[in-house]
Amino acid sequence: MDVIETDIAIVGAGGAGLRAAIAVAESDPSLSIALISKVYPMRSHTVAAEGGAAGVIKGNDSLDNHFNDTVSGGDWLCDQDAVELFVNTAPLELLQLEHWGCPWSREANGTVAVRPFGGMKVERTWYAADKTGFHILHTLFQTSLKYPSIRRFDEYYSTDLIVEDGRCTGVVAIEMRSGRMVAFRAKAVVIATGGAGRIFPFTTNGAIKTGDGMAMAYRAGVPLKDMEFMQYHPTGLPGTGILITEGSRGEGGILVNKDGYRYLQDYNLGPPDPWPRKKAMELGPRDRLSQAFWHEQQKGRTIKTPHGDVVHLDIRQLGEKTINERLPMVRELALAYVGVDPVHAMIPVRPVVHYTMGGIHTDIDAATPLPGLFAAGECACVSINGANRLGSNSLAEIVVFGARAGRGAAAFAKANRANPMPASAGTAAEAAQARLRELFAREGGGDSVSSLRKAMNDTMESGAGIYRTEQTLQETCGILADLRARYRKMPLQDRSNVFNTDLIQALELGCMLDVASAMAQSALQRKESRGSHQRLEYPDRDDANYLKHSMASYRGDAAPSISYRDVVITRSQPAERVYGGAAT
Amino acid sequence: MSEIIMLEVLRYHPETDSEPYFQRYTVPYRDDWVVLDALNHIKDHLDATLSYRWSCHMAVCGSCGMTINGEPKLSCHTFLRDYRGAVIRVEPLDHFPIERDLVIVMDSFMDKLSSVKPWLIPKQDKPLSSGEYLQSPGELGAFHQYTQCINCLLCYAACPQCGLNEDFVGPAALALAHRYNLDSRDAGKDARAEIVASNEGIWECTFVGACSEVCPKHVDPAAAIQQTKISASVDWLKDLLTPGGHR
Repeated sequence: MDVIETDIAIVGAGGAGLRAAIAVAESDPSLSIALISKVYPMRSHTVAAEGGAAGVIKGNDSLDNHFNDTVSGGDWLCDQDAVELFVNTAPLELLQLEHWGCPWSREANGTVAVRPFGGMKVERTWYAADKTGFHILHTLFQTSLKYPSIRRFDEYYSTDLIVEDGRCTGVVAIEMRSGRMVAFRAKAVVIATGGAGRIFPFTTNGAIKTGDGMAMAYRAGVPLKDMEFMQYHPTGLPGTGILITEGSRGEGGILVNKDGYRYLQDYNLGPPDPWPRKKAMELGPRDRLSQAFWHEQQKGRTIKTPHGDVVHLDIRQLGEKTINERLPMVRELALAYVGVDPVHAMIPVRPVVHYTMGGIHTDIDAATPLPGLFAAGECACVSINGANRLGSNSLAEIVVFGARAGRGAAAFAKANRANPMPASAGTAAEAAQARLRELFAREGGGDSVSSLRKAMNDTMESGAGIYRTEQTLQETCGILADLRARYRKMPLQDRSNVFNTDLIQALELGCMLDVASAMAQSALQRKESRGSHQRLEYPDRDDANYLKHSMASYRGDAAPSISYRDVVITRSQPAERVYGGAAT
Repeated sequence: MSEIIMLEVLRYHPETDSEPYFQRYTVPYRDDWVVLDALNHIKDHLDATLSYRWSCHMAVCGSCGMTINGEPKLSCHTFLRDYRGAVIRVEPLDHFPIERDLVIVMDSFMDKLSSVKPWLIPKQDKPLSSGEYLQSPGELGAFHQYTQCINCLLCYAACPQCGLNEDFVGPAALALAHRYNLDSRDAGKDARAEIVASNEGIWECTFVGACSEVCPKHVDPAAAIQQTKISASVDWLKDLLTPGGHR
């Protein structure tokens, strides 16, 4: 196997991976960086984030406000030391993006503009119209081009971490163009591969978000933390699941049911007026809004469509000028994909799987328990998002913790100069190659990638959706175990080498099945309702037993084992989450 | 019987095929399906060996550019309903080598993109402690359109000059250089001119305007290139007329 020597290997070249790479390059230009991604950097899913990035910058706001909003938004499952660090650093990282050319929207006086977002007491979300993720990603990618120490390996699919003597010493990847396997021998590795929304059938997530990095770390013995917490965004387009940004409600949009009624007032989010108003009604947190939709559906007050039930998002009152200026993509997307011009008509929307709160367990330095391995962004769980992430915290998170992971990896690489790996690719890499050969050699018909993937999608939606029960989760865990067994025998339909997407999809499916079983098992064992995790038979939060992070550990063919870890609480004692009239 | 539609898709596998050929697939017709949905139907139900790039399915990641009935398009933004009753021919983007099936080799573009120095080059370093650069909405508006490029490469496929001269820096990269040149925070125009105003840069453009016509994000690279030509000419005149030159 070919071996590529590097100081730092970074897997994933979206917002977090690019920020990590730049942080390494700036901290020590002599460190070599291999930036490895299964797609070209500008294809990474950061590109699809719309509404903005949270960071305290204006005089009417404070770091305490951002801290409190985030901790209560996360239903007190956030680690408060991590949140503190996050809110303190976010403004600097967003400023850094500004200095690198990010085209933030501006106030008349030339300062950056901010908009209100769900669950945030004060408007603090920096935005670049409604293409904030796109602009952040392209700014980071273009900036990364100026550092000669960053060597990109575009369209290399990483399959395995190399772990030797209890330390992460590299990563094995497939060069998709040729099909050849490559071992990257590194002194430190950063995983920044994003979330795993594609485990579910109806998601805002792009095709690439298959939890690859989570699965790699998990299989290498690093626990996945809080995996039962999956965020449903309340406003996706029916059919495609395309995201309609929360910024549209931040700018004053409202949600109505089939009777034209602002139903959120029935779910502890009202009264409806005055509007717009922070932390109330349509500017409540995503978990509450998606749950309210579910209840409206139970009551028969949603609108039937061929692509499932919807409610209506009405932004007409903003007027054409504001819509074009601040929400141009919302208008484009609604026109193209549901044939609605939001200047003149209401947009049909429904809750859609959007964000993986859980992820690879890291400390506040983005270090995992495996020496030499760091993780940042959606694939990681620091945790600042707890049981429910507030909109616009994730774009800030990728730069804050991406940079931190990069610096941490650089420091680790310098402190551990001696490369512990042998001259060959090493036994771990050879084992990875052997597994791939076995996959290619499988014979016979039966299951295919698409059939197993569909079965996984269906059982996750029916069993581990917005509301869960013991029975649905048991059933989902059982089906996932069966699917994992069948996956181990599933043959490839394409056995060629060049850009074999059947192979890549098969490997992605293997990752998703492993991560899905961590999600379902963690959900089954958490017998309470908190944030995005709602158990019908346990409707209340249970701090006595579950004010804890769940830690899913990989056990090969068996279901994961779940243990628990204390939440770090520094200055905000768990209390009731209050939105609506009582919050303002 | 429910309605169907025929796709004629270019196939090429370098390990086994001496040249590309077309393969026909019949897929269900749905009013709200895009061409990418039809390709995914083929991939999932008819032929798992078909290869193409895609991710976001919302016209922002730029992965799924293809030639659809002769025109460069994003397949996630091209609806079957616009071809109802016809055969849809799907080919890789023109002016790039084929890696496999609908997947092009785009190394040349990646090199061209970095050659124009597409990053902010400020006059002097500004510490973070001094806050943001002030930039009025008007100053942002001056370059905002040119920030919209998703690198989908439709413009390279449409541009006749890209077909004639593979070294032409091309519409997207030149528009991006222009984006930074116009940014009130930037002072890097001269550094970029080396490539932008070279023989393979703006002067290769013959102003056909096909790039702007096919751009799914209305970036208008043709305008960017014409504006750069004028600006470069003014700089050249200044150099000529000013003793000691302007640089």
